[in-house]
Amino acid sequence: MKRTQSSNRLVQWIDDRLPIFTYADHNVIAYPTPKNLNYWWNYGSLAGIILVIMLVTGIFLAMNYQPHADVAFASVERIVRDVNYGWLLRYLHTNGASMFFIVVYIHMFRGMYYGSYKAPRELLWMIGVTIYLIMMATAFMGYVLPWGQMSFWGATVITNLFSAFPWVGDYIVTWIWGGFSVDVPTINRFFVWHYLLPMVLVMVVVIHLWALHVHKSNNPLGIDIKTPQDMMPFHPFYTIKDLFGLGLFMIFFMYFVFFNPNFFGEPENYIPANPMVTPPHIVPEWYFLPFYAILRAVESKLGGVLLMFAGVLILYVLPWLDTSKVRSATYRPIYKQMFWIFFLNCIFLGYIGFHAPTDLLLGMEMLYWGQIATAYYFAHFLILMPLLGKFEKTKPLPNSIFEEVSKKCRAKED
Amino acid sequence: MTDNPTNTAEGVDAPRRDFLLISTTTLGVAGVAMAAWPFIHSINPAKDVLALASTEVDLSAIEEGMAITVLWRGKPVFIRHRTAEEIKAAEDVDVADLRDPQSDADRVQKPQWLVAIGVCTHLGCIPAGQAIGDVKGEYDGWYCPCHGSHYDTSGRIRKGPAPFNLPIPPYTFTEESMIVIG
Repeated sequence: MKRTQSSNRLVQWIDDRLPIFTYADHNVIAYPTPKNLNYWWNYGSLAGIILVIMLVTGIFLAMNYQPHADVAFASVERIVRDVNYGWLLRYLHTNGASMFFIVVYIHMFRGMYYGSYKAPRELLWMIGVTIYLIMMATAFMGYVLPWGQMSFWGATVITNLFSAFPWVGDYIVTWIWGGFSVDVPTINRFFVWHYLLPMVLVMVVVIHLWALHVHKSNNPLGIDIKTPQDMMPFHPFYTIKDLFGLGLFMIFFMYFVFFNPNFFGEPENYIPANPMVTPPHIVPEWYFLPFYAILRAVESKLGGVLLMFAGVLILYVLPWLDTSKVRSATYRPIYKQMFWIFFLNCIFLGYIGFHAPTDLLLGMEMLYWGQIATAYYFAHFLILMPLLGKFEKTKPLPNSIFEEVSKKCRAKED
Repeated sequence: MTDNPTNTAEGVDAPRRDFLLISTTTLGVAGVAMAAWPFIHSINPAKDVLALASTEVDLSAIEEGMAITVLWRGKPVFIRHRTAEEIKAAEDVDVADLRDPQSDADRVQKPQWLVAIGVCTHLGCIPAGQAIGDVKGEYDGWYCPCHGSHYDTSGRIRKGPAPFNLPIPPYTFTEESMIVIG
């Protein structure tokens, strides 16, 4: 292994005993990265940065938050009104959750468009899906903590999903609650999990990066790295590109924090939790809406729950459902269109999830739209992906990243 | 990676690079420092804590020779209505003999009222001497049971390990027998 280039004797002394400088050089500085990454590759590092923002704001919020049903709501209001910069910490954290999902969804769709989940990166993708699952659990429990009406009834509805399982369902729900309804023990343990899971998340992210650094990043062409000419050192090229993207993203993020802090929230959640009154219209946070639509698409309790879980878990087997050897949608004319239809279908599922099942769209109830969109969601994975790989006529792949990049440079010069 | 012109030393404008590096680093450090402040400040006392930082006490019910303890900023404050002997004992001390030299006049606003924070300056225990029947120590003031510090009727350290006198909190008389501490 090539040692650190630093001539500083202290650096060398430390590196000889604990090679952190060599490690940093290999993984961040000289780390070979494909030359042709576009801005869709910014979202991995963005997600990491938002994770750090969430951890730091969360730790400081926890210093003033009290996870007891009697005072949780008031303690959050106290954070916003009385704690120095508490409003900033809270709004960074609540909007940060939405930003985290925006970034991770873009990151996932990017992986789907460019076939980043295909061999040899299947495990990398699966670890990513695990990160997504942990994120969902963490976000759900975090939303319960302010103990408003949406917190309480969201918690009630989501935990009741487990009651759908035959025989053991009720016992599982009682066990999750620590009682016979969402109450004092529930918020206490949810707080513990909400604090613990992000630490687990960090560890899984480390594994995600470990797996990433084995075969390196995929790229927009979807072809393998062949020669050193295909690559650039990560620093300064991608550190600068990531920082630039971060700057733009922070403008977007801070718009919500400073000018529209409750944009993603429900006004209902500013009413303290009341176990005696359910709000007329319960909706989950926006990032769960597509799955909420799937849940409601089936008129069977167990069926809906299983389908909803399947909707997430199917991502684990995507690397094997996609039978095409070509990674990038750039060279898959039909898949490219299927991808965008799938993307729009996901947005549409979210739209359906936001509306009541009886709301009308073009004269048809949302329930039926939900069934169509759900059917398409699964058909995309189970029918289109396997068949496309067999019947699609793909475009010829370029020989190398270097060749393609040089061609583009020449075209620009002309 | 030889084809990256940026990887070679040729054509590098070194002063320009230094300027960029230093200015970027400076801006980055300043940005991080500014972003860190809300986090650091968030664990300082909050506004509701500061709002409770003063305590109003009505002294009219305290008979001569009696003492009460009030809570101020989470700490006990001793208020003793001193007798003439106690005042005399406190005033007659030769200040030069004291470990933490301070005259009684510097420690009271009105001689009959001693207001002092009831936390031993040694390691933070609450000295005894407020209630009738308490051990008041050799100087008839307070005695700390933890490590045996004796305080006199002015709350000054006279014997034992404590280094300083009982601190006097800021307080003002708003009426004849009404004080606001803090």
